[in-house]
Amino acid sequence: MTRLTGKVAIVTGASRGIGAGIATAMAAEGATVIGCDVLGFSAPALAATEALDVTDEDAWAQVVAKVLERTGRLDVLVNNAGITSPESVHESRLEEWRRVVSVNQTGVFFGMRAAIPAMEAGGGGAIINISSICGAAAVPGIAAYHAAKGAVRTMTKNAAITYARQGIRANAILPGWIQTPMTAGQSADVNDRFLDATPLGRPGTPSDVAGAAVFLASDESAFITGVDLPVDGGYLAA
Amino acid sequence: MRRLEGKVTIVTGATMGIGRAVAKAFAAEGAWVIAADIADQDRPGDQKIETRRLDVADEEAWASLAEEVMRRYGRVDVLVNAAGVIGYEPIHELTTAQWQRVLDVDQTGVYLGMRAVLPAMRERRAGSIINLSSAWGVVGGVGVAAYNAAKGAVGSMSRNAAVTYAREGIRVNAVVPGWIRTPLTDRQPADANERVIGATPAGHGGEPEDIAAGCVYLAGDDARFVTGTELVIDGGFLAV
Repeated sequence: MTRLTGKVAIVTGASRGIGAGIATAMAAEGATVIGCDVLGFSAPALAATEALDVTDEDAWAQVVAKVLERTGRLDVLVNNAGITSPESVHESRLEEWRRVVSVNQTGVFFGMRAAIPAMEAGGGGAIINISSICGAAAVPGIAAYHAAKGAVRTMTKNAAITYARQGIRANAILPGWIQTPMTAGQSADVNDRFLDATPLGRPGTPSDVAGAAVFLASDESAFITGVDLPVDGGYLAA
Repeated sequence: MRRLEGKVTIVTGATMGIGRAVAKAFAAEGAWVIAADIADQDRPGDQKIETRRLDVADEEAWASLAEEVMRRYGRVDVLVNAAGVIGYEPIHELTTAQWQRVLDVDQTGVYLGMRAVLPAMRERRAGSIINLSSAWGVVGGVGVAAYNAAKGAVGSMSRNAAVTYAREGIRVNAVVPGWIRTPLTDRQPADANERVIGATPAGHGGEPEDIAAGCVYLAGDDARFVTGTELVIDGGFLAV
């Protein structure tokens, strides 16, 4: 279990769900993982955790400075922190729209902006942004979530081609319906609809997504940048 | 812990380039590899790789290969359809015979391969099929009319099989290489290669091992929730 030995990784939204799965899997593969979350960490399974509101640019600067001070490098950034909101366009409130966009989209921008200089200084790095099947295909409602997750895909490609010559790779993972506290908080009929449309016929788990994140963080994917990797049980193929 | 321990894998086009790298990488991860190719093969020097002659466009050859693998191993866990040929002709210069030749290998060969192993995979309700498409299965290249067509078909055939066999535990994915250093690209005109590499944001081409690593990921349990996708390995070529 040494596919990420020697690499230093920041994972946001790491206290639970997909982020916790990714952080745990990366640590198991030998990475030094700094788990960040605005929520508290219940079980300190990670070597290091930091309180981080991804919408706070000053907090980002501090977290990256702290990581550099402690480890001298930053190899991997996983922008996973995300929230959703059920509102459709006609009923949505600007305040709610801004809340979703600032976490899911501006948070990703802040994370990349904070990490890229450190990665450049270290000769390269891997950025993994968690988009969603909803960044590629539509479902009813969740207007702000759709917008932000689509933006994450194009922002990822933009960063990929802008920083390719600096050895920084940027890729997006598009999870399908994954069993997490976030989806547990959605209405049952929304979840049933996702599950019915998933060819494999089961929900995914955070560890399913973590398998993709480990691959994209490792040197095995050295020639992969600017791609969308769905982990969706076939949802987008149907 | 090896990631493909004991998985019985058929790899086509296994004598050179991407197919050869896939066979080696799978064996290194513990798989039993049946390395099939239309060309003669040297003894691989790896006891986990055995070689077989196979014309992927020959349905009877596929049937006898599948039968032999079942007899010897009792199952097929993974199929990697890597055999491919390219033709550079634009439509107005493309003969029917040239068109047919590219489709036979790149497209019908993939269909015949999937058809040959699906009974074994369905019986065990498990399996992973990986079909090699190309960046020219996603965007147009100048000329290469038949190759463009066949590689695009590989993407939609992979999604079709993924959706059709998902409930039977069989995953099907396509890998989409960009410019990779292989005997196929070595034979291309230098200016054609330079043009593609020049359009690759990474600033260099890939190696067969880059593709093999993607195939290892898709074949293994780490990708158990991944089906019907196209894994692009192209140094950013398609993101531009």
